Amino acid sequence: MQWRERKGMLQAQEDKNRRLYLCQCVTEHRGSLRLEAGHGKNHKDAASVRAAHPIPAACGIYYFEVKIVSKGRDGYMGIGLSAQGVNMNRLPGWDKHSYGYHGDDGHSFCSSGTGQPYGPTFTTGDVIGCCVNLINNTCFYTKNGHSLGVAFTDLPPNLYPTVGLQTPGEIVDANFGQHPFVFDIEDYMSEWRAKIHSMIARFPVGERLGEWQAVLHNMVSSYLVHHGYCATAMAFARTTETIIQEEQSSIKNRQRIQKLVLAGRLGEAIDATQELYPGLLERNPNLLFMLKCRQFVEMVNGTDSEVRCFGTRSPKSQNSYPSSPSLSPRHGATNPHLHTTDSPTCSNGVTSKNKSNSKYPGVSSASSSSSSSPSSVNYSESNSTDSTKSQAHSGTSNQETSDSEMEIEAEHYTNGLADASSARIVNGTYKHEEILQTDGHGLGNGLAEDGSTSRQLCGGNLAATERMIQFGRELQALNEQLCRDYGKNPTHKKMLQDAFSLLAYADPWNCPVGQQLDPTQRESICSALNSAILESQNLPKQPPLMLALAQANECVQLMARVRAGSCSFARIDSFLH
Amino acid sequence: MACMLEAPLRISVLSEVTATSRHYVDRLFDPDPQKVLQGVIDMKNAVIGNNKQKANLIVLGAVPRLLYLLQQPSSSLELRTECAVVLGSLAMGTENNIKSLVDCHIIPALLQGLLCQDLCFIEACLRCLRTVFISPVTPVQLLYPDPTVIPHLMSLLSRSQRTQEYITQIFSHCCKTPEHQTILYNHGAIQNIAPLLNSPSYKVQMQALKCFSVLAYENAQVSMTLVNVLVDGELLSQVFVRMMQRDRPIEMQLTAAKCLTYMCRAGAIRTDDTCIVLKTLPCLVRMCSKERLLEERVEGAETLAYLMEPDVELQRIASVTDHLVAMLADYFKYPSSVSAIADIKRLDHDLKHAHELRQAAFKLYASLGANDEDVRKKITETENMMDRIVSGLSESSIKVRLAAVRCLHSLSRSVQQLRTSFHDHAVWKPLMKLLQNAPDEVLVMASSTLCNLLLEFSPSKEPILESGVIELLCSLTQSDSPALRVNGIWALMNMAFQADQKVKVEIVRALGTEQLFRLLSDPDANVLMKTLGLLRNLLSTRPHIDQIMSSHGKQIMQAVTLILEGEHSIEVKEQTLCILANIADGNTAKELIMTNDDMLQKIKSYMGHSNVKLQLAATFCVSNLIWNEEDGSQERQDKLREMGFVDILHKLTQASDPSLCDRAKTAMQQYLA
Repeated sequence: MQWRERKGMLQAQEDKNRRLYLCQCVTEHRGSLRLEAGHGKNHKDAASVRAAHPIPAACGIYYFEVKIVSKGRDGYMGIGLSAQGVNMNRLPGWDKHSYGYHGDDGHSFCSSGTGQPYGPTFTTGDVIGCCVNLINNTCFYTKNGHSLGVAFTDLPPNLYPTVGLQTPGEIVDANFGQHPFVFDIEDYMSEWRAKIHSMIARFPVGERLGEWQAVLHNMVSSYLVHHGYCATAMAFARTTETIIQEEQSSIKNRQRIQKLVLAGRLGEAIDATQELYPGLLERNPNLLFMLKCRQFVEMVNGTDSEVRCFGTRSPKSQNSYPSSPSLSPRHGATNPHLHTTDSPTCSNGVTSKNKSNSKYPGVSSASSSSSSSPSSVNYSESNSTDSTKSQAHSGTSNQETSDSEMEIEAEHYTNGLADASSARIVNGTYKHEEILQTDGHGLGNGLAEDGSTSRQLCGGNLAATERMIQFGRELQALNEQLCRDYGKNPTHKKMLQDAFSLLAYADPWNCPVGQQLDPTQRESICSALNSAILESQNLPKQPPLMLALAQANECVQLMARVRAGSCSFARIDSFLH
Repeated sequence: MACMLEAPLRISVLSEVTATSRHYVDRLFDPDPQKVLQGVIDMKNAVIGNNKQKANLIVLGAVPRLLYLLQQPSSSLELRTECAVVLGSLAMGTENNIKSLVDCHIIPALLQGLLCQDLCFIEACLRCLRTVFISPVTPVQLLYPDPTVIPHLMSLLSRSQRTQEYITQIFSHCCKTPEHQTILYNHGAIQNIAPLLNSPSYKVQMQALKCFSVLAYENAQVSMTLVNVLVDGELLSQVFVRMMQRDRPIEMQLTAAKCLTYMCRAGAIRTDDTCIVLKTLPCLVRMCSKERLLEERVEGAETLAYLMEPDVELQRIASVTDHLVAMLADYFKYPSSVSAIADIKRLDHDLKHAHELRQAAFKLYASLGANDEDVRKKITETENMMDRIVSGLSESSIKVRLAAVRCLHSLSRSVQQLRTSFHDHAVWKPLMKLLQNAPDEVLVMASSTLCNLLLEFSPSKEPILESGVIELLCSLTQSDSPALRVNGIWALMNMAFQADQKVKVEIVRALGTEQLFRLLSDPDANVLMKTLGLLRNLLSTRPHIDQIMSSHGKQIMQAVTLILEGEHSIEVKEQTLCILANIADGNTAKELIMTNDDMLQKIKSYMGHSNVKLQLAATFCVSNLIWNEEDGSQERQDKLREMGFVDILHKLTQASDPSLCDRAKTAMQQYLA
């Protein structure tokens, strides 16, 4: 939580008027920043050094320690804080917006030439700490690990840690966390963490207690419904006497589709969606493309029904995903929901304004932040009912595939690759290009070599592999079509590249892009599809629970922006478990 | 009219209540066991949270019947359990309820019940026992007569979290004396309870922690064992340190700090150990902060005072930690003017704690200022400090008075404070008042403070003398308490130091020679030393010596002889020889020694003693006897030469000790002149 000052960040203020003979040398001594005074005689010869950066408010509690290596002649040393622009030729505390604790008399100086009795004096061998509490804007000092009590209150923001020396021979070492602190600052922080935590936990709801309860019930119920936990949702509704807006059959339909997606049977899932929600995918070509891409990946995996029907394996054996009713979106760091909930305007798993899904960098292209903006625009267009007509047209053209288009597509594709920055992907796709041209021939070789491993491409069936190649062509055609209708979409390109790259490796499961094959990757597409279905039924595409969570997250970030120190201890995670 | 109407109504309501209560009791005597069980269950539901109902049932004799049913082997287990539950519920009521239950011998009955195998029944019995034992009206020794009870309770600790909670709670309330500590210790309390500190249940953790705090209190044996105990591979002291972390509940932090404090005071942990200096002390200082509850602040301050009492370094650290000295000033602001207006409940609460807060603050100030002059200065400079002490000395609560005088005593060790603030605030006045009729513990502290106020440089000495303190001090010397006798005679000794003739005469008169000689044979060495000191101070400056010796010479010489012949420490004998030297300095008093050949022989032998201090004192005495410029010095010199003193003096001029050598040379010069 503390902001740690690194080597070289502490710097003497370059001031032309400064008496250079008192130049305070800042050197590094065994990992500490060492300050030494020159030949000062009186208070006019004092000089201060301050950190290069101010204390960030969002850190909550800031702490640094200074060890007095030598008190020099008179030990006129000041440790404290100062704002930007304060005269650095004086000890901290003497000027406006400057605060200090002085070693010679133990007084505290609060922007004033006269000090107040504060603590003991300090001298050679003592370690003085300065702690700024940005939650209540106070400051206290420590001496040799003992808190001396509050020295200043109502501190302004953006203060810099400052140390001032005056008489010859004074040497101090500053520790911004490179070394363990003498004072147990962690313990102090834990107290504030607990304080903020209990303040939030005990936030009064006052007269609205009953109302509160109903809101909570609705949130839980809607969450269960959203994810299609039909039986649980019904049981919950019965006991809490809440009403579920969606029909039970609709929930079950969604549940069925979700199960199919999570089981990796994307083809069936697409069919089921088209059957139960006709026109939905036509209105959402981006979603359809995502689904198809995933279908291709699942074909590689050997789980999709279009390739599975060729194989001899039982469908369940390949399905490593836990089956319903225990299937549930994961929470915490691995859950794409949580990461995408930063901005409530985005749909689940599709775009993310601030944070990329760090767990799977570059894999789930749909939620990668760098290329998300075009897709998010597209998506929001598709949200509006006005655009359905134009999209319906393009939707129908999805079905047609022709060889000639395929050729052009391939050309186009390589052109597009030229401006891709990552060499690895370029290589990968070139290979993939070759594979496509050799038309499965090389793949056969690859399979022969790989015959011994348990997992095989398309379940090891040649007919299935052919079907997969065929499907790949269709997919490329679809991309081409979308490009023509809506313009280039880097997200789609990336998705396609990643999916096709799988074919470049002898063992796709153990390759740089192999993570796509992980069943957990199905979750984001599953929730995207679910949201789209709900939206088409005029139901919220995101459960209120997630919205609330996203809002809380946003609030914490807002607090950080407006310098509310308590935000660093208001951890949403700590309330989720 | 209204009153007359109301009265019968009340009675009828009462009788109605009694009638229903009677019904509950009657059902306990039903021949059908099933109906009895139902009756007990109904009774259970009726008494929950209803103190009146509880009192009624007790008056109507439900308790013996319930106990009978509980003990009856023929009763079903369910019935016995329900009986224990109802009894537990009755115990939750007023103190009178507890008294009645204890009078019905509920404790042995329930302890007997613990021998049953059924866990539910055991838990019900333990819950009831717990409730009875935590009441202040229950005599704790009732837990101990049967020697099998404690081991059985220890064995029940493994049964469930509830048994753990109740048993540890019983232990922590019933461990009041060193004997209790030893009994629990000998039955393996430490090994059995230590693992509970890591229990998943907070209640169990807390009760176990409390147990350790009462076990370790002033008990070196327990404390020494505790430091070596491991809980899940972690040292117990580290477990306590972990429990003092700032995000833990305050109660837990405070109790853990108490455990470490007691272990430290019992000598098991050094005072410079980091777990004391950097953890326990700051934790206790935090407990004194304004944010804490009044009870916590009292307990925190008292524990902190106890922790640092013997260690000046801890006192210095505490005095600069978190503005503690200023923080304590806030303890005197209850009930505040705000609370009086705000609401009655708060005022009541504040009033109740006001005395406790004040006495805790005084205690802590006393500890803080016990040794360090700078800290004392800081304390006396705190706002209105001296005024607060002065008013504390005359408070109605003995606890506050005692603590205030302790604080004053600590501060009175400062020469500077004696000269300044003590005099400015005339603290001697309330102190004198306090001495008039106070319990012994207050008297000890007050008289000890008075000793310091009577030091010769203290400006308070004069007014105290004028207030007729001598009689009071003389009466203290007749006390049964050695501490009071010491303080009395000590104060007289200080008073006599460089005092006027008038004062000295007054002291001798008031004390009476008889008492003086009784004190010279006091069994307490300290009393003897201070009495000799008083004699020595009385016998200073020549006219005073002669005057006192002329009136009391015979007795004093007798006493001196007695002490020199008796079995006493070197210090006592040295002091006595010094008195003799003082006597030898008198004009007429000298003769008392010169005519006493026996005494001269004694002095001679002490000149050859193996202890240099005694040799020095004896030589000093001789040197005074033969001093040239006084009348009759020639005869005395001759007499002593005849007795062989010169040879000894001559020998002593060769002594290795330089001061003895010098002294002997000075004496020899008297002969040469």
